[in-house]
Amino acid sequence: MSMAGEEHRAAASVRSETGTLLDARGLTKRFGDILANDRVDLAINKGEIHALLGENGAGKSTLVKMFYGSLEPDAGTISWQGKPVSINSPAEARALGIGMVFQHFSLFEALSVVENIALALSDARDMKALARRIEEVSTDYGLPLDPNSIVADLPVGIRQRIEIVRCLLQEPQLIIMDEPTSVLTPQEADRLFLTLQRLASEGCAVLYISHRLEEVQRICHHATILRHGQFVSECDPSKETPASLARMMVGTEVVGVSLGAHQATGGTVRLGLSNLSAKASTPFATELRNINLNVRAGEVIAIAGVAGNGQGELFDAISGEMRVDNDMVRFDDVACGHKGVNWRRRKNAAFVPEERLGHGAVPGLKLSENIVLTRHSTRDGLTGAGFVSTTKAGELEQRIKKNYDVRMSHDDPEARSLSGGNLQKFVVGRELDRKPGVLVVNQPTWGVDAGAAALIRQALIDLAREGSAVLVISQDLDEIFEIADRIAVISRGYLSEPEDAYTMTRERIGLLMAGGAEENAGAA
Amino acid sequence: MRIELVKRKEHSGVMALLSPVIAVGLTLIAAALIFTLTGKDPALGLYKFFIEPLTDTWSLQEIVVKATPLVLIACGLAVCYLSNNWNIGAEGQFVFGAICGSFLPILIPDFANGATLPLMLVFGALGGAAWGLIPALLKTRFNTNEILTSLMLVYVAGLLLDYLVRGPWRDPGGYNFPESLIFSDAATLPVIGDGRMSISAPIAVLVVVVLAVVLAKTLKGFEIRVMGESPRAGSFAGFSSKRLTIFAFALAGALAGLAGTMEVSGSLNQLLPTISPGYGFTAIIVAFLGRLNPIGILIAGFVLALSYIGGEAVQASMGVSDKIASVIQGLLLFFVLACDTFILYRLRFVKSRKSAGVPEVSHV
Repeated sequence: MSMAGEEHRAAASVRSETGTLLDARGLTKRFGDILANDRVDLAINKGEIHALLGENGAGKSTLVKMFYGSLEPDAGTISWQGKPVSINSPAEARALGIGMVFQHFSLFEALSVVENIALALSDARDMKALARRIEEVSTDYGLPLDPNSIVADLPVGIRQRIEIVRCLLQEPQLIIMDEPTSVLTPQEADRLFLTLQRLASEGCAVLYISHRLEEVQRICHHATILRHGQFVSECDPSKETPASLARMMVGTEVVGVSLGAHQATGGTVRLGLSNLSAKASTPFATELRNINLNVRAGEVIAIAGVAGNGQGELFDAISGEMRVDNDMVRFDDVACGHKGVNWRRRKNAAFVPEERLGHGAVPGLKLSENIVLTRHSTRDGLTGAGFVSTTKAGELEQRIKKNYDVRMSHDDPEARSLSGGNLQKFVVGRELDRKPGVLVVNQPTWGVDAGAAALIRQALIDLAREGSAVLVISQDLDEIFEIADRIAVISRGYLSEPEDAYTMTRERIGLLMAGGAEENAGAA
Repeated sequence: MRIELVKRKEHSGVMALLSPVIAVGLTLIAAALIFTLTGKDPALGLYKFFIEPLTDTWSLQEIVVKATPLVLIACGLAVCYLSNNWNIGAEGQFVFGAICGSFLPILIPDFANGATLPLMLVFGALGGAAWGLIPALLKTRFNTNEILTSLMLVYVAGLLLDYLVRGPWRDPGGYNFPESLIFSDAATLPVIGDGRMSISAPIAVLVVVVLAVVLAKTLKGFEIRVMGESPRAGSFAGFSSKRLTIFAFALAGALAGLAGTMEVSGSLNQLLPTISPGYGFTAIIVAFLGRLNPIGILIAGFVLALSYIGGEAVQASMGVSDKIASVIQGLLLFFVLACDTFILYRLRFVKSRKSAGVPEVSHV
């Protein structure tokens, strides 16, 4: 433990002195060659909101999975209320009083709220009584739920409530929350914070995983910071600045992005969407409703929105993986709604989907082969007479690796062996390398460490300033404000009219996310 | 003590080569066990089954005759399996191809000239392809499960063949035996050597070479591999999964149909109710044992052909049931699929949670 950590602990006045609830010492977990957790110490007091900070891949999820019994530590001890325990399964964790709200929900969409909750309880016999309790508890904590609604019909924010209420019904003493606000609008997040503060005041501790520093500063009493699987320090977040917290997480000063000359209007329209509508292809997909948008040469437009509001469908319609009416999508004023993805690529458009592995890249293919994946028919010399040129693919692989700082253990590995950040640099670099006239990126830096994220964001801005049109779909508001010239919001398949990033506020984005986009849509 | 499967970062090239070898080794051990349990000398059994057929020219030629259809069919199946199309009905495509390839010499026996044989082969391939396209179209159009439909069509084709050789296509001068008339010389594949080997063997080798090049070097081969592993990425690359399903089934059907016609025209010289000792099913084992790789399939084809000849040998000389060959083939597939797990995973032995009282601290 570092000296700095000790000093901060002494200085932390907000931290409740009610005794240690959970005390983990020297927890170690290894996955193959990777040491996901290396002798991590963490102590949570009763009734405190304790932040667990770290970049993606720092080992946060691994650590909490050991608390929740879904992973077994290779070494180290966990004490619960002063007694050493071994938590062998989530059921044992729940019996101790540890509940968890996952980042990816574990709900059955076809079942109702009460049925989903009953599944997690060992003694749920009387469904009517359970439904009454759900209503009571959820209203009491300011997270009202209708026990009989079907999960498939509910927005993500409400689905998260189900998970939280499911935890609360088990009267836990510690609730672990993994990135709970990543799926919430700012207003929904505010309501969640009130609930968390109420829980803390009642003596229930919360272990709050996040990389959103403002949030952590606002609601957390104490923070533990992990980096590369190791304990770095602990601190009172309210006494830190976002910059100092980021420095502890990343290890070095994070470089900001330079926007360059801002030229919002006046460029020619390179990507045009007019009255773009598409029915939902599956019961769980989102219908696109009359979307209008012009992305001009030289600008970056960002589309904000909570996950699952039509971002994936919009991306597929622009890339050509989903066909729409011919006039709905235009590249450089050529209608191409009927054309396939390679035709659009030959029109100098490029696309980077949200899912890196399995959509943007094939896990079991080498990087050079994954270059062929999107560039086999773009006149890059990768194919001739039906044959693939491995030499040319190898050259491109070397170039992309060098220009976009893709790090790998040996040359030309399979895509699945790269870390998330490096693979993202590769899939973005593969498209940027073509100098596309139109670039559409869904979640450009999701799960990417701060250094790689800055590199990718800068590259997107630079591409736009050279005369391309860049459309970024993102759920990360910090990222959006960092790179966008204009910002639009997507909500339930409606897209708001883009507004100048310099006059746009987070509050306004929140209102548009919560349904304002619908009234605002279709005006362009 | 607990055994865990740990995922490797990349697939292991060594294991990819080693897996079929280990599987063959395990099959030998299992076969020895079976011989012992049935009261036979395991060493003698293994020798008669796996070694003796390799020691004289007659059985070597027979191995080539049996390996030829296996290799041809398995090549087509490899394309199906690589692209995630589970064609289990090669046996039916083989039979229907043989029927289509045989109608010319049976119904128009007087049409006997240089065009007869090429036409037969073309009709055989087209017939097999048509039979393969039925499950493909049902899958792409109605989303049916191709495993079920292709398998059921095997029995339809088998019964159709049975009806033809017992009914309308029966040889009028054949004393009511269920067989067609013997094909004319113009409808018979040229023979190589002194046994039943015909030019079908070099044709199979040619198919292997072409397919190896297509899979490794061309965009079509790339498309097949991408679609099999990651259909979503394939559609991002602009490939159509429906078109590929149709292509894969048509190709597999055509190769099976070609194999069926060459079997009838080259080795049997007439249509019989039983033209195949289960080639279409055994070829599934050949495809997997050969790692879905054409060169590997060529080798695996010989191993499985050996199991047919070896099965006959131990039946004749040691009085073991003729089902022994099927059992050994089944064991082989079982072991191959099990060993394939280790290409992407490795074994790890760990102390069980409960017994690990005091957690040991070890930092590497």
